[in-house]
Parts: sequence; structure tokens; C-alpha cells
Amino acid sequence: MAEAAVVVRDAVKLYGGVVALDGVSLSIRDNEFFTLLGPSGCGKTTLLRLIAGFERLTSGAIALHGQDIADLPPDRRPVNTVFQHYALFPHMTVLDNVAFGLKMRGVGLAERRRRAGEMLEMVHLSGFAGRFPAQLSGGQQQRVALARALAPGPRVLLLDEPLSALDLKLRQAMRVELKTLQEETGITFIFVTHDQEEALTMSDRIAVMSAGRLQQVGAPREIYEEPVNRFVADFIGETNLVPVEVGAVAGGLAPVALPGGAVLQLAAAPGSEGRHHVSIRPERLRLAPSGAGQLSARVERIIYKGTDLQLVARMAGGGELHVRIQNTARADLPPPGAEVGLVLGEGAARLLAD
Amino acid sequence: MSGGVRHYPGFAAIAALCLAILYLPLGVVAVYSFNASTSITAWGGFSWRWYIDVFQGPEAPRFRAAAWNSVTIAFLAASVATAIAVAAAVAMVRSGRFRGKSATFALISLPLMVPEIVTAVATLIFFSTIGLTPGYLTILIAHITFCIPFAYLPVAARLSGIDPAFEAAARDLYASRGQAFRLILLPLLAPGIVSGWLLAFIISLDDFIITNFVKGAGMETLPTAIFGSVKQGIKPNIMAISTMLLAVSILFVTLSWLAGRTGRRAAAPS
Repeated sequence: MAEAAVVVRDAVKLYGGVVALDGVSLSIRDNEFFTLLGPSGCGKTTLLRLIAGFERLTSGAIALHGQDIADLPPDRRPVNTVFQHYALFPHMTVLDNVAFGLKMRGVGLAERRRRAGEMLEMVHLSGFAGRFPAQLSGGQQQRVALARALAPGPRVLLLDEPLSALDLKLRQAMRVELKTLQEETGITFIFVTHDQEEALTMSDRIAVMSAGRLQQVGAPREIYEEPVNRFVADFIGETNLVPVEVGAVAGGLAPVALPGGAVLQLAAAPGSEGRHHVSIRPERLRLAPSGAGQLSARVERIIYKGTDLQLVARMAGGGELHVRIQNTARADLPPPGAEVGLVLGEGAARLLAD
Repeated sequence: MSGGVRHYPGFAAIAALCLAILYLPLGVVAVYSFNASTSITAWGGFSWRWYIDVFQGPEAPRFRAAAWNSVTIAFLAASVATAIAVAAAVAMVRSGRFRGKSATFALISLPLMVPEIVTAVATLIFFSTIGLTPGYLTILIAHITFCIPFAYLPVAARLSGIDPAFEAAARDLYASRGQAFRLILLPLLAPGIVSGWLLAFIISLDDFIITNFVKGAGMETLPTAIFGSVKQGIKPNIMAISTMLLAVSILFVTLSWLAGRTGRRAAAPS
């Protein structure tokens, strides 16, 4: 395993009496695209600001490539930040913005002009060196902010929701570009977002946060396919949470009774007997004739979503189920009111801790 | 709202009355300053004679000395007050919450609310208690004091509109606290500083009550010199000098407003 770029240990941050971070420990590898993902107020931005040095830890430790940086001011940490609204200096040209970090580090005029020029070339903005930030579009400002943060050659780049101010098309293009840039430069990216699709597309690993705590850390596939608890399953993608009755756990498996009576053998932690939920992704459910499959439900409505259709059905016990159907199968759809059976594919259901 | 207040009954009449009470006397003074006659009530044709009299007449040396005092005091008072106001604004706007913040703000803006005559008496008592001889220095100190809130308000308004992320970005890019202030915050704050300085300058230039209390014998600023002349009867040359002071005031207040306005436009996020 590569050397750890950033290690956070038992980080606690209080604002007055409010807990923003409640004992977070994680290790971010060198050259990794690491994403902090969570809803607003989950502590992801606080954690980023702690690594940047804009906030002081209440307790705990932060190390950068083995060096304790918890007490260093931001100007003495070899990390740079791309801010949410870019924070480009409005009274300086694009070139002066990009060269600012080099100037503060004492790099001579000719050398910093040359390197700032290279950075602008890298983000495809060579022709814009003499402009002021207000004369650029949102996407161009975003690139300047990137060039400015990369110019001093940081080993870790922090990105605070940098795509949230862009429109959808540009956001999708920038995802690819950011990922490419990270792979080419080999710099560790720590990326903050509340957009799960963004996180899944770009990251090597994702840390899902909620209420100041880490919920799960893992590769995008792990987070999506094997969520450890209800929060992660619900926050990442779309899912059906179905209440179940778990029987005696033996050898890591337990019988799990679905509403309607069908019983599945699912992986379960010792002591997880009783009432719980399973997560079933809408794309893992298949329609079947009434009576077939492990679940039965009545079709309520069908929502047209372009590439696919969403079928909303209600189970006998009252719970709602969403089923995703590819738009090609449109002709065979049951009408609203019809009774249908639902087949769970292999590994479709996952028992969750609460 | 379409039409709004204009459609209230009597709006036009009340507005006209207010405008007349406020500006008619100023208009009369300005017009009669160009009167060729020595009378202050009868129009005798257009003339520059009273303006020439201000600069070359018997009272010219007195007015010139007073104008010099007024302008230098206003310049120094506005500069020192603005520097203090910038420091106060950074402390108030950028330091988050602290105990006594509201009390501090009330203290800064106190001179705007306390009757000027009270401040004048208190300042005079203070100076005589500490044994400071009334003169140029006492006027300057008093002016710096009451100019601070006038310089503070535009600076603080401007500062609260500047995203703290600019300073954070500078610190992140290896600027020290001092460099972040000098290279980033100060240039962004400049329109507020110019606006505050101009306002403080004109407030100092126009002040009469406090100046009259603390100036001491033989020391005059333009307003006290005008008052001194008027006591011996209103002559048209007073109208000329008042008109010039009015023109300078209007010019500075306009500049202050323009500085605040252009700055706001430039700093608005795109």
C-alpha cells in the first residue's frame, strides 16, 4: 500500500456547544482521488477546512506525509484549496491570480510568469492571462481556480464543492477533466461534495459522512453495493428499504423473512436478530406474474424518466416499492391496479444495521 | 408596487413644502452671493464682487487663515479617523462573535446619537481637566473623535460585503496575515475607505459647535470665522464664502457616494 498522504486521528471540532466533527479517523493514500460525501451539515467541509488550516481542531491530530500539521497556520501547510465560489482575487488579472502562490513563496518574476503560463496552458486558458476574473464565464473561473491552486505544486489539493456552481453539462465535462488531471499530476485530491453521482464517477475511495461521523469508507462499488447501514444505503443512489424479521444468526448467515412470508438467507452480523431493514436497489427487482417471485405488490403508477421507467408498487403490508425498468420493455408493462410478483436477483437484498 | 407613495393624497404638496423649507434658504444665499449691490435683500444685478472681496477684501487674511486651518484639520482628522475606522471594522466584522460586540458597536456610533452640544461641553471639560491648552491640537483631537463613526460606517458596510474566502485563499497560497491584509483585503476595501474618508473630511470641515467650544482664543476655522463675521451683521461676502463651502460639501458628498457605488459594482460576484 502506498504511503498515507493525510492521516486524521480522533478529530473533534466543536463550535460553541455544537458538535461539527465527532471523532473522525481516516487515512488518505498518496495519489488518491478521495471524496468526502454527505448531506449539508454532516461535517465534510469542516474536515476539509481543518486540513487546510482555516479551523483549529478541538482535539485529535492531523498529519500530512507523517508531519503533524494540526498547529500550523494555512500559509505553512503544503496544501492548496479550490474554493466553492473560487474566491479569485477580483482586482488581479488571471495571470497574477495564478502566480500569487508562487510570489508569496518568493519565486522570481520571470520564473513565476513562466510557471503560471504553463498552468494556464494545462487548463486550456492560455489566451486569457490578461483578463480579470469578472470577464470570465463560470467554467473558466473554475479552471483558473484550479490552475491557481496547482501552481505552487502542492502534494495535496483540497476541493470544496468546486462543481456545484456550474450547470449540468459543464459539471459532467469537468468531472472527467478533474479525474484526468488528478491521474496526470499524481497529486492527492481531497474532494468535498453532496452529490453522490459526482462522488461515484470520480473517486478512488469515498468517505460517507453524517452528523459529524464517518459512516463508511470504501471504493465507489463497495459503497453502492455493500452499504454498511441504513444511512449509506439511503443516501447513495436510490433504494427500497423493506422491513424484515431476522431469525437466528449462524455461520454469518440468518434467515430473513420478507413481508408476505418469503425467506431469504442473507449475510448477518452476530446478534442482529429481530426487526431490521433490507436494502433492495430498484434496478435489481424484476417484474413477474402475480404469485411468482419473493414479493407481491399492486402497481400504483408508472413514471416516465427517459432512459428508464420507474414503476411504483405497494406491498400488501403497506410499504412502497420502486422498480426500475429499461425503456425498451415498455410494451409489456402491467397497468396500474394490476397485481404483480417481484423477483429479487442474486445478491439484490442486503441486510442493514440501523 | 406601481405608483407607490406618489399616489397618497397631498404627497405633492407636502413634498414641495419640505423641499422649499430645506433648499429655498440655500438657494437664496447662493443667488444673492452674486448680487452687485451691498444690500442683502434687494437685487442689484449680477456680479463677482463679493467673491473677489472674500479673496482680496479687508477680511481676506482672516478667511485665508481660517480656511487653511479648516482644510488641514479636516485632512488630518479624516486620515487618522479612517485608519482607526478600518482597524475597528476589521475587528468588528471579521472576528466572529465576542462578548460585548453590540456594546462596542454602540460605543463606536455613539457620536452619531449624542447631542453635539453635550459632546462639546464634555470635550472642553476633558481638555481643561488634563491641562491641554485650547488651540489647533485640541480641535484636531476632537475632530478625529467625532469623525470615526462617519468613516466607520462605509468601511464596515463594504467589508461585510467582501467574502472571507478571499483572505482564506490568500492565506492558503502562503500569504502571511499582513500580506493577506495588504495585498487582498485593502485593495478590495478601497472604495469603502475612500468613501469614509471623504465623508469624515466634510463632517470635519463643516463642524461648528464642538470646534467653537475647544478652539481657544484667536484660533479660527472657516465656520467659526463665518459666525464671527455674521455677529457684526450679515454682509454679502459671507454669502459668497458660504456658497463656496456649500459647493465643496456637495462635491465631496457626491464623490463619497460615487466611490461607494462604483466599488459595490466591481465587487459584486459575477
